[in-house]
Amino acid sequence: MDKPIEIVILSGKGGTGKTFVTSALASLAENAVFTDCDVDAADLHLVLTPDIYKTEDFASGSKAIIEQERCTLCGLCKDLCRYQAINFKNNQFEIDEFACEGCGLCAVACPAEAIRIVSYNNNKIYHATTRFGPMVYGKLGIAEENSGRLVSKIRQYAKELAMQKGADYIITDGPPGIGCPVISSVTGADLVIAVTEPTLSGWHDLERLLGLINGFKTPVKVIINKYDLNKQMADNIERNLEKSGVTVIGKIPYDESIVYALIEGKTIREYSPDSQLAKQFNVIWNQVKSSIYEPDSI
Amino acid sequence: MKIAVTSGKGGTGKTTVSTGLFHVLTKYMKYNVQLLDCDVEEPDCHIFIKASETESFPVYLSVPEIVADKCTFCGKCKAVCAFNAIVMLPPIKFIEVSKELCHGCGACTYVCPEGAITEHNEEIGKITHYDYYTRDEFIEGRMSVGKALQTQVIRETIRHSEERSVVIFDSPPGTSCPVVATVSKADYVIMVTEPTPFGFHDLKLMAETVKQLGKRTGIVINKAGLDYKPLYDYIHTNKITILAEIPFKKELAEAYSNGRIIAESDNGMKTIFQGIIQKILNGQTN
Repeated sequence: MDKPIEIVILSGKGGTGKTFVTSALASLAENAVFTDCDVDAADLHLVLTPDIYKTEDFASGSKAIIEQERCTLCGLCKDLCRYQAINFKNNQFEIDEFACEGCGLCAVACPAEAIRIVSYNNNKIYHATTRFGPMVYGKLGIAEENSGRLVSKIRQYAKELAMQKGADYIITDGPPGIGCPVISSVTGADLVIAVTEPTLSGWHDLERLLGLINGFKTPVKVIINKYDLNKQMADNIERNLEKSGVTVIGKIPYDESIVYALIEGKTIREYSPDSQLAKQFNVIWNQVKSSIYEPDSI
Repeated sequence: MKIAVTSGKGGTGKTTVSTGLFHVLTKYMKYNVQLLDCDVEEPDCHIFIKASETESFPVYLSVPEIVADKCTFCGKCKAVCAFNAIVMLPPIKFIEVSKELCHGCGACTYVCPEGAITEHNEEIGKITHYDYYTRDEFIEGRMSVGKALQTQVIRETIRHSEERSVVIFDSPPGTSCPVVATVSKADYVIMVTEPTPFGFHDLKLMAETVKQLGKRTGIVINKAGLDYKPLYDYIHTNKITILAEIPFKKELAEAYSNGRIIAESDNGMKTIFQGIIQKILNGQTN
């Protein structure tokens, strides 16, 4: 194989079991590189317990700063700002740092040259090894923005690493939602595994996610987690997916041993290798592999 | 009082808590209240709050378009764009704005000396108002599928809210800009967690964010039952108020899956949700 196959685990709704599924697949995929692109709240490292060999800073974005002594109070910056990030308070113009997008328009326009744009360097990228293979993951600085850019950088590193090591797969634990970090995670990926749960919210959010993925034309397979918490809804979801040509490759029961495995920092295969659940993931992984090599799928 | 319901980790029960509080506040406590669904990527409150739609407003982004005939390829727009959204190839007289990267800030239009950039509105989301027990009690922000500027849709959603005795924000998961856009506008932050390593890890990130924003905060432990000691030790050491513990019960999971409000499932649940509100409003929390 010349190019590694990139598999991204997504869900739409949070808490459906992305990281659990990712870790289970990680224990089965031989010769793979792993990434965690849920940079807001990365959790995969809690199971894969990586040894970090390199940490680097990654610039997240920028914000405007007004030098009050130069400001002539003309108010042009406030008029131009489209994010309502500049307010007149205490007889001076102040930047609302949480609303500022760092676009720099105010700095360019300011006739007194009183506004500077400063960049923030609060994000981290970790290069690490795990018992299953190399891992690249990130951590967004608290309250930082531009997670999309951080995700792109992590995937770029993972690809380089996979090429260099001749890895067959890149397996990515993705972020929840359908916004910028998800778009960054799915752009150019080979396969999406969407993990859902049999709840109206899980279904609603999965539909929005499928709408997004459809725009990228990326093949997608679905896993229904905790399916027995509402079997009827799980069946409905499966039937509806089939109508739109999406295959469900696994229905996983609600099982407390998932949490106990997690507490010990183990994948389900390590925690209870002979369990039904562990065996089920063998089947799922085989289905993932065969779907990749279906000639019409990729 | 503006209360943001957050979590760090997704799926811990933000929507369960925010819709439950909202429902109990309006139906039983007769408060003047408003619920805002700020999880604009995946807005789910409407599944539980069966309300009647009254009005909806599109959220627009002003996207620039460059008229190639007027463009002299001076490169000023490309230089000023903080989002690398302008692709320019002077030898073949090609210039274009990449819509995926554009944040609609207007800097390119402002600096163009030729007046070669015009702007048009593009819909990136929608804000919908609903009546529930009383008028205009529920407002939902919803980002269009395929768009990436969730924070702008959130800010617009919050602009649609009004002064009420209690306004509840159902926040997106995570700790980055969309969450900050929500939490920074709140007076009080409820952090919903679950007693698992993932729930605990992400709670710590959330607590750090809330601390940086200088907000009062308390915790709701959802799916309680598992005595996960590190979580309780952390809460104790950091003197964070536990507002409530919602037990894990299969019946509750099933009610949730069918879009029913957990707070209505039995009297015990109703009491739990009323207790959360009383603790916050009476200031019995740190």
